[in-house]
Amino acid sequence: MGLIDFLKRIEPDKKKSPLLHTAYDAFFTFAYAPDTVTKAGTHIKDGMDLKRLMVTVVIAMQLCYVFGTYNIGHQHFVAAGEYLGFIEGFHLKLAHGLIKLLPIYVVSMAVGLGIEFYFAAKKGHAVEEGYLVTGALIPLIMPPDIPLWILSLSIFFAVIIGKEAFGGTGMNIWNVALLARVFVFFAYPLTIAGDQVWISGFEKIGEGAAVNYSWWHTGFFNTIFESLGLATFDTTTTIVNGFSGATPLALAYEGGWEKVTNVFSENQMIWGAIPGSIGETNKVFILIGAAILLLTRVASWRIMAGMVLGLIGTTWILNALGSTPFMTVTWTQHLMMGSFLFAMAFMATDPVTASTTNRGKWIYGILIGFIGMLIRVMNPAYPEGWMLAILFLNTFAPTIDYFVIESNIKKRLSRA
Amino acid sequence: MDKLKLTLSLAFVAHILSAQSQSSGSGLLFYSIIGLCAILVVWAMLSLASNLMKIEANKYGIKSDNNNMSVFPGLRDFFKPRKPTYINGGSFHLLTKGHDIKLAGSADISLIEQTPVARFGIKPTDFHGMSPIPKVELEVGNDVKAGDVLFYDKKRPEIKYCSPVSGELVDVKRGEKRSIAEVVILADKEMKYKSVNVPNIDTSDRNTLIHFMAENGLWPMINERPFDVVPELDTIPVNIFISTFDTAPLAPDNNLIVKDNEAAFQTGLNVLGKLTSGKVHLGLDARGNSAPSSAFTDALGVEKHWFAGAHPAGNVGIHIHHVAPIKGLDKVWTLTVQEVITIGMMFLTGQYHAERVVALTGAELKTPKYVKTFQGANLGDLLAGNIMGDNVRIVSGDVLSGKQDTMDGFLSFRADQVTVLTEGDDFELFGWLLPLAPRPSLSGTIPSYGGKDYHFEANTNTHGEKRAFVVSGQYEEVLPMDIYPQHLMKAIITGNIEKMEGLGITELTEEDVALCEFACTSKNPLQSLLRQGLDTLKEQL
Repeated sequence: MGLIDFLKRIEPDKKKSPLLHTAYDAFFTFAYAPDTVTKAGTHIKDGMDLKRLMVTVVIAMQLCYVFGTYNIGHQHFVAAGEYLGFIEGFHLKLAHGLIKLLPIYVVSMAVGLGIEFYFAAKKGHAVEEGYLVTGALIPLIMPPDIPLWILSLSIFFAVIIGKEAFGGTGMNIWNVALLARVFVFFAYPLTIAGDQVWISGFEKIGEGAAVNYSWWHTGFFNTIFESLGLATFDTTTTIVNGFSGATPLALAYEGGWEKVTNVFSENQMIWGAIPGSIGETNKVFILIGAAILLLTRVASWRIMAGMVLGLIGTTWILNALGSTPFMTVTWTQHLMMGSFLFAMAFMATDPVTASTTNRGKWIYGILIGFIGMLIRVMNPAYPEGWMLAILFLNTFAPTIDYFVIESNIKKRLSRA
Repeated sequence: MDKLKLTLSLAFVAHILSAQSQSSGSGLLFYSIIGLCAILVVWAMLSLASNLMKIEANKYGIKSDNNNMSVFPGLRDFFKPRKPTYINGGSFHLLTKGHDIKLAGSADISLIEQTPVARFGIKPTDFHGMSPIPKVELEVGNDVKAGDVLFYDKKRPEIKYCSPVSGELVDVKRGEKRSIAEVVILADKEMKYKSVNVPNIDTSDRNTLIHFMAENGLWPMINERPFDVVPELDTIPVNIFISTFDTAPLAPDNNLIVKDNEAAFQTGLNVLGKLTSGKVHLGLDARGNSAPSSAFTDALGVEKHWFAGAHPAGNVGIHIHHVAPIKGLDKVWTLTVQEVITIGMMFLTGQYHAERVVALTGAELKTPKYVKTFQGANLGDLLAGNIMGDNVRIVSGDVLSGKQDTMDGFLSFRADQVTVLTEGDDFELFGWLLPLAPRPSLSGTIPSYGGKDYHFEANTNTHGEKRAFVVSGQYEEVLPMDIYPQHLMKAIITGNIEKMEGLGITELTEEDVALCEFACTSKNPLQSLLRQGLDTLKEQL
């Protein structure tokens, strides 16, 4: 046990430097499961803990990360009219994706964990694991070109106002990752809404717009690629004629399913080679993540099933009305577009902000499906509803639970 | 009712049809509504037939609670094992929630030994609500017979606590603030029993029986819910519940315990029958392939309830919840099989027989086995020469709700089991991420080692640190009760007494939430929280 002796020797003093000790403790318990034994109560405990729970969610979203990174690059080159095949220009697309994604990830983790460490030290408890998931989710739901200062600001807002103000992990009312996104949405609407934001690496989105390459493109990766004899980033590239950057939802809002399929094939939408937030385009990989969460029973199947039911039911009502082109889109087509599946798998199932009773989870899920669909189809300003629907139901989850709990209490009283 | 449904649905179909003929809307919607209506019509007809069947069954006197008399197969008929064939009357409850923690080191049924135990101790601290310094009747050095009064609570001097063995009172151990922790007796080789004249069960009135029991150390055998206390003499319980099987990890087999004591058990039941205004309920084991002991299945004067399912299916609290739930602050008494036998033996022989069959279990024992001894046996004597490792924990009781003790300690008053397991006080490299050593878990993220029948050598490591409540629905999965444990715990933490009562705190004791505590991802101390809540509630009364 050489490593553990070394780690024990460098342990900082808790009184003298609480922040340092908190950080040390977080990394130490990451490396070693602590030696604490049970005291009063059960003498053995389940091998499951919060770290393991959180890391399972992070693992479940890894495929979305891999695909999302590559898709950033792919969409960039599609806009430029180059390397239209999905695996053509593989190294360039990957490089561009990494250049965009890594800073977002690093900033997300640094800002969020920094705040967590600070508050843990201040309150004198161990660093809680909640941000592991939040910090991994935030990059996936942001547009690839988001300015890092806006990202930092949104995380700052979400973690402090949304979480620490309520008492930390387990106490928050709203989903922290969605709170970060909703902050960007309302404070800086131009960076996260409309057709302009889903393609990265251009000065603006419009015919003939020039690329916006950084030193990492032209200096770092181009040098490597040149030495390997591969194609390099070309600074003279412009956006190809007729490219709009519109997402399937924006198209569906204008002209229903027909207009969507004019631009994107069903296969393309299912496999995710479309513009959108970084991690939410590939439906297959999201479903694999959802399957991991369901098989390990980390996420609630009731919430997921409730959301799907809510979506199907609402779609049927809208289909029956059928007054705009978007209203005629069927539920299977709705599942292929937008971020419903991502929201279902990773956002709505957050156990802290969802309903905590089993019956409440059904109601919670169905209402998210219903309200999210209404926003998606009826709201002209913003063609996706899951973020707002989930935050809305987060707000009402305690109320749903209250009624479920009250009915249990009433049932018990009626026995007396 | 059904006819009304039928007409309504037909009218609905007609309405839709006329609506559709005007506008040629979405075809899918139209057909799905037609399909839905067709299903509704068929369902209405079937439920009409189903009700007719039930009426017919009623005419022939077939009860419909236990027999499915409907044309619809119940969900149970598809997925669940049918009621075991050996059930000969009484209600049957199939519990779908719960979990059996399979541990290595179960006691061998064929190994029952008479282990020599020198010292026995009765601990006033085993009784909730007893004043810290009870009155000890004897001086150190006095001789006692089995059944002689050892001490009593000054608040309730009429309830006596008696010596399980004969011998010499050697020590009155003091704990904090001079409270009495243990009253220790050095036992004789040959037991000498105090003999008393027993009132006739059939002809004596309730009052005579009660005072006889209180005077002769039988009263503390009774546990009163809510709060888990020794009852007052003037309370009349709504019901008395006895669980005849224990589903806790490595728990002893009550069929073995009752063997050769069938008559005493029945006599005990007869006595208890005189004490309640309601009934004596017996919870029976319906899990196995063969019927439990005939002492249980053929017991007279009791109502029988069969339970199948995983732990905590054998907990008496679960039985109460499913048979006759505690309403408000109703008093319900519970006893274990061995305590009923002690009561029965007194009425049969006039002597205080506190013999106990105790299961010595756990992976750290060389030979897990059953021993015949007495209440309050010294753990060191029981376990002498049988422990393998140095770094072990000795638990008086089961691993979920037993008490940690030492080799100097004594069996708890109600304990019929000792568990010895490894202390888990070491660091594990990436223990949370890559659990290499097998460990019991309910989580789907931890691979199940060696399949369903693997028996774990669990240690006492907490496997993680305490956190706020994060996961929801976890406790409900392992508690077969219509109770929301997490919300109850939150009500206890916030001290909301009204809500605690409303959410059913009086239906629970520590052993009922022990499995929830085991499973808790956030490692919250549910048992001590529950006790804290019960204490708060009790203070308010």
